[in-house]
Amino acid sequence: MVLIGLGFGCKNGAATAALASDAAKRVYVAPGEKDEVYAFLSGGFSGQMSVYGIPSTRLFKIIPVFSVFPENGYGYDEETKNMLKTSHGYVPWDDSHHIEASMTDGKQDGRWLFLNANNTPRLARIDLRSFETKEIIEIPNSAGNHASPFATENTEYLMAATRFSVPIPQASIPIENFSKGDFKGTVSMVKVDPKSGRLSIELQILVPGFDYDLSHCGKGKSHDWCFFTSYNSEQAYKMIEVGASKNDKDYILAFNWVRAKQCLDQGKASNFGGEYYRNYLPENQPAISEKLSGVKMLQPKDCPGVMYYMPTPKSPHGTDVDPTGEYIVGGGKLATVIPVHSFSKLMEVKDKPEHRSGMIMDIPILKYESTLAGEVKKPCLGPLHTEFDGKGYAYTSCFVSSEVVKWELGTWEVEQHLPAYYSVGHLSIVGGSSKEPYGKYLIALNKITKDRYLPVGMELPQSAQLYDISGGKAELLSDFPTVGEPHYSQMIPAKLLMDKAAKIYPLEENKHPYAIKNEKDARVVREGNTVRVYMTQIRSHFKPDTIEVRSGDTVFFHVTNLEQDYDIPHGFAVGGAPEMPNLLIMPGQTRTFKWKAPKPGIYPFYCTDFCSALHQEMQQYIRVLP
Amino acid sequence: MLELLLKKISKMNRLLILGVGLLFVSVYFLPIWHISLDAPQYPEGLGMKIWIDKITGSSTYDLQNINLLNHYIGMHEIVSESVPELLFMPYVLGFLIFGAFVTFLHPKVYLVILGILNIVILGILGMYDFWRWEYNYGHNLNPEAPIIVPGMAYQPPLLGCKEMLNITACSFPSWGGIILFVSLGILALIVWNEKRRMDVSK
Repeated sequence: MVLIGLGFGCKNGAATAALASDAAKRVYVAPGEKDEVYAFLSGGFSGQMSVYGIPSTRLFKIIPVFSVFPENGYGYDEETKNMLKTSHGYVPWDDSHHIEASMTDGKQDGRWLFLNANNTPRLARIDLRSFETKEIIEIPNSAGNHASPFATENTEYLMAATRFSVPIPQASIPIENFSKGDFKGTVSMVKVDPKSGRLSIELQILVPGFDYDLSHCGKGKSHDWCFFTSYNSEQAYKMIEVGASKNDKDYILAFNWVRAKQCLDQGKASNFGGEYYRNYLPENQPAISEKLSGVKMLQPKDCPGVMYYMPTPKSPHGTDVDPTGEYIVGGGKLATVIPVHSFSKLMEVKDKPEHRSGMIMDIPILKYESTLAGEVKKPCLGPLHTEFDGKGYAYTSCFVSSEVVKWELGTWEVEQHLPAYYSVGHLSIVGGSSKEPYGKYLIALNKITKDRYLPVGMELPQSAQLYDISGGKAELLSDFPTVGEPHYSQMIPAKLLMDKAAKIYPLEENKHPYAIKNEKDARVVREGNTVRVYMTQIRSHFKPDTIEVRSGDTVFFHVTNLEQDYDIPHGFAVGGAPEMPNLLIMPGQTRTFKWKAPKPGIYPFYCTDFCSALHQEMQQYIRVLP
Repeated sequence: MLELLLKKISKMNRLLILGVGLLFVSVYFLPIWHISLDAPQYPEGLGMKIWIDKITGSSTYDLQNINLLNHYIGMHEIVSESVPELLFMPYVLGFLIFGAFVTFLHPKVYLVILGILNIVILGILGMYDFWRWEYNYGHNLNPEAPIIVPGMAYQPPLLGCKEMLNITACSFPSWGGIILFVSLGILALIVWNEKRRMDVSK
């Protein structure tokens, strides 16, 4: 094994991400041993989330969230297809960027993960017992749900802000009107029920028509606040690349959500339109899809003190709050410094007129210097995102110069430059956005891969890098290809999750309306042209095993897996079924395969998940009569 | 000898007899025997517990999974209802407890010896029955079973461990069984103690 330190010999402490000399040993997890950390990576344009083990970087699972998944039938079967319903219809794909972990007192609690859908504004909740998507809520009055889903300190709310400002409510008006202020953005407060995790839209706040990019909420002393970056304060609508890059400073919006809730309770928000869906998957039952309409909308002018703009250079992207809740770090993607705002200063100056430089839609604009704690000077090119190790250091990704810079909070001095391969977007440290980072590992989530792996055609593997940050200097440990673009990640210590992973659906708790719990109840019931097959699976057979239907019948196979053993799912697929892919049915679960009986003939059905010694025998026939 | 049999036992030993009787009561609530199956495909192991009146899996679904495993080789389904002995075993235990109380009220050495004989005889019968039961399950296979290994039987060991295909089956007394053995020892000690006291007093 060749483990050569890759020196990048730059001065100024730069570019010395030597590969740790014993890197192979430090990422090696022997057969039968388990990883130390779960890494959940969003899949970007794949619309999914994937689960990796760290430090081995082994891929464990892909959790389908916003995109259909033929591997297990998510989004296709009668149980899950309602999860992808929206006010635009059935949208079987999305663009998923940010993963947030549920928190209690600002610390990861291992209950849920949340993921945004940027394209068709939605938010999803993934349960960390079953590692399955349990709820998807659509965000109305929004276009491009990018600054989402960022949680408050106790997961009271998830924030979701508009990336693409549009007329709200929607209207076909000239696009030039963007510059005249006819386009608006919204910030949504999505309430999370502390027991069940159920999501509801409690309030929206109408904000000026910029592009709201990212967010993070405060902790500790800044508990009441969330911070949103925005770009295109120029309100350019043509050649935005140039038009939106003119102003020397755009803004971080400081939003007091506790105050907003107060104003809501005082009746200061008004009824507003907006149609949206909320889709929820009860335990082992078909998803319930509700069409809701109307939200409460708050205007900043009716709720003084709810929002302030902090100027931030230049087209800020990331906004990250350090573990103490004091520092708000901006990532100005065109800036030459990393600006750090001080929460205490913000509190001190926010209502003093001499610290203001203007107002936009009744939102005070504070002076840049008034809230500034310090600047990291010339850190790199294109600083984007910052995570914290809990030991007083911050790590910022730099897209243009393809590196991660380590710097110290308070002194604002750069400590180390770590090359990344290539063009790093988000970073993730285990617990790095929480009040108590677990530190140790950092992954750089890259946008472009170039020559890291064997070429596989024009589209190269997506890629991430693992660093050990436990010692004085961060060290590169390994590269790993990922599923979809690894946009953002939450890493959670394994001990928080591994022992509570669900193993089976207990059959006695199966409340699916078409479940049967015993082979004796297996039957075929005809209701006019609809045929319902109540079917069971157990190693290694189906009941009923031969079935007759008539051509043109709509056949529902309600299949219950009777197994109660860990990791014995059975598959179900029918030969040539045009609209349904495979189903994977977990032990004790019931799922429904809908099939339009085709022209007369004999059609096989079979188990697709190699279940037992007689798996290959787990096959039978449907006869379609004329 | 007769002198020993008719000897009244000491107050201390009498209380011990009462203790043994009460200890027997706990056997209603504890598994007597435990069979464990270890195999690479079951990293968490599978197990079966035999109680005075029922058979259960070591964890909720173990028995169902053992039966699923067994159906390939044609073993009969193991369910409590298929073992009629379980119907009268609680009464046998009741009889032993009753004996302990009789001995407590009528504390003579011969009753203690009778108790020992009862436990030994019932123990031997029980072990024989258990062996017979294991033999039947292991040998009396369904001729239509999907997997038939010529000459192969699947009888678990009576006591100890045994390899069957890639499964290691271990069979040991569980808490209830251990209590029965310990009780037997206590009774033997009582008799030995009474004999010694008799010899010393001579």
